[in-house]
Amino acid sequence: MSRPEDTLPPDLHYNDTEARKYTTSSRIQNIQASMTNRALELLDLDTPSMILDIGCGSGLSGEILSSVDPSEGGPHIWVGMDISASMLDIALQRDVEGDLMLADIGQGVPFRAGSFDAAISISAIQWLCNAESSEVSSTGRLSRFFNGLYASLKRGGRAVCQFYPKNDLQRTMISGAAIKAGFGAGILEDDPGTKNAKLYLVLTVGGSANEGDSGDITGVVKGMEGVDVLDARRKHKEKGRKEMKKGSKAWINHKKAQMEAKGKVVKHSSKYTGRSRNIAF
Amino acid sequence: MKVLTLNFLTCAVKACKSSSDSFPLHPKDCELVSDELEVNSALLTNVLTRVDWKALTTTAAELGFPTLPATPPTPEELAGDEKMLKELHTLLMETQINEGKLVCGHCGHEYAVKEGIANFLLPNHLV
Repeated sequence: MSRPEDTLPPDLHYNDTEARKYTTSSRIQNIQASMTNRALELLDLDTPSMILDIGCGSGLSGEILSSVDPSEGGPHIWVGMDISASMLDIALQRDVEGDLMLADIGQGVPFRAGSFDAAISISAIQWLCNAESSEVSSTGRLSRFFNGLYASLKRGGRAVCQFYPKNDLQRTMISGAAIKAGFGAGILEDDPGTKNAKLYLVLTVGGSANEGDSGDITGVVKGMEGVDVLDARRKHKEKGRKEMKKGSKAWINHKKAQMEAKGKVVKHSSKYTGRSRNIAF
Repeated sequence: MKVLTLNFLTCAVKACKSSSDSFPLHPKDCELVSDELEVNSALLTNVLTRVDWKALTTTAAELGFPTLPATPPTPEELAGDEKMLKELHTLLMETQINEGKLVCGHCGHEYAVKEGIANFLLPNHLV
C-alpha cells in the first residue's frame, strides 16, 4: 500500500477533500478511537488533566479525551496542534471542545516548561521523518519536536505516540531522537507480526510519580494483561555480570566449544569433563 | 482559544527561547467570546498549580477583566470559595479569544488568531 508520507507534505496531503474523507470514514474513526483508548490506558491518568494532542487533525482523538467518564478520571482538557488547515477546519465544524493551533511540530512545541500532564499523538510523528525542503533535515525536525515536548511536559508526565514507521530505520530514528531528548522510552507493539500491528512509543519524563516503581519505562505496562516485556538492556547487563571462574566446569566447556568453533580437534565431552577429582589419599 | 492555553504559550521563534519577555504573549485587537462550560473543580485545582499567576494577572488586565488578587488561591481556599471558583472558571475556561493577534514581547512577532485557531507556523529562518 502506498504511504501518504511518501507523496506530499502533510499540509498539502490533507486538503479539504482528503480531510473530509479521513474524518467521515467509519473505518478510520474506529481505528483512531481504539488507538486513542489504548493510549489513554497507557497514560494511566486518574485526575482531570491537561493533555497535548500532537497532530490532532479533525479532533477524532480529542473527542475521546473530552468524553472520558468522571469515574475514570476525566474529562480532560486538551490543546491540539496540527499543520493541516483543512483538518482544523473540519474540527471547527465538528465543534470539538479542545483548543486548536495551526503549528508544525517539526518547528518545536511552543509551550512553557511543565505545561502539560500528558501528551498523546495518534498517527502523526512518522511525518517528521520527511524533510520537505533542503533547508530542513528530518533529524533536526525530530530533535526540535522531542526537545520541545520534553520541556513542555511536567515531571513525571507521560507521552504516548502511536506511529507508523516506514521501516526499521525510521523506527530507530524516532525512538533514538526521543531518548536523546531525555525521555525514558519504550515501544509497545500491539498485534505484532500481523497487518494490523500498531506501534506505540511510550515516553516518560523524569522518574515515575508512583512509589514502588523502579522508575523504569517497563513500569508503565506493569499490571497490564497480555504484555510481554522484551528488554534488550537486561540481556546485555547479565552477560557482563556472569564472569566464569577459570578452571570451572562451565569455563572448560566454554573453551572447548570455542576451540571447536575454530575448527580445532577437541576431546569429546563426557560426564568426567571438568569434574573435580577425589582427594588422592 | 482559552485564556488558560494562552497562559502556557510562549513565542516559538528560536531567538526568543532564552528571553523572559517572550512569555506571556500579549493579546492585541482581540474579539472575545464566552462559551458555556460545566465547572470542573478537580480539573481547575489540578491546573491552577501550574498557572503562572503573574502572567495571568497581566493577561486579565490586557483583556479588560477586573484585577485579580495578588497571590493565587491555595487549593483549600478554592475548595471553600464557590464564588472564586466560578470566577476563575469563567476567566480560564469559558473566555475564549476568537479573533485577534498574539504579540511576543521580545521579538514583536504577531501570531494571528482566526476563529479561535492560533497560527504558529513560522518561516524556516526563524525556527
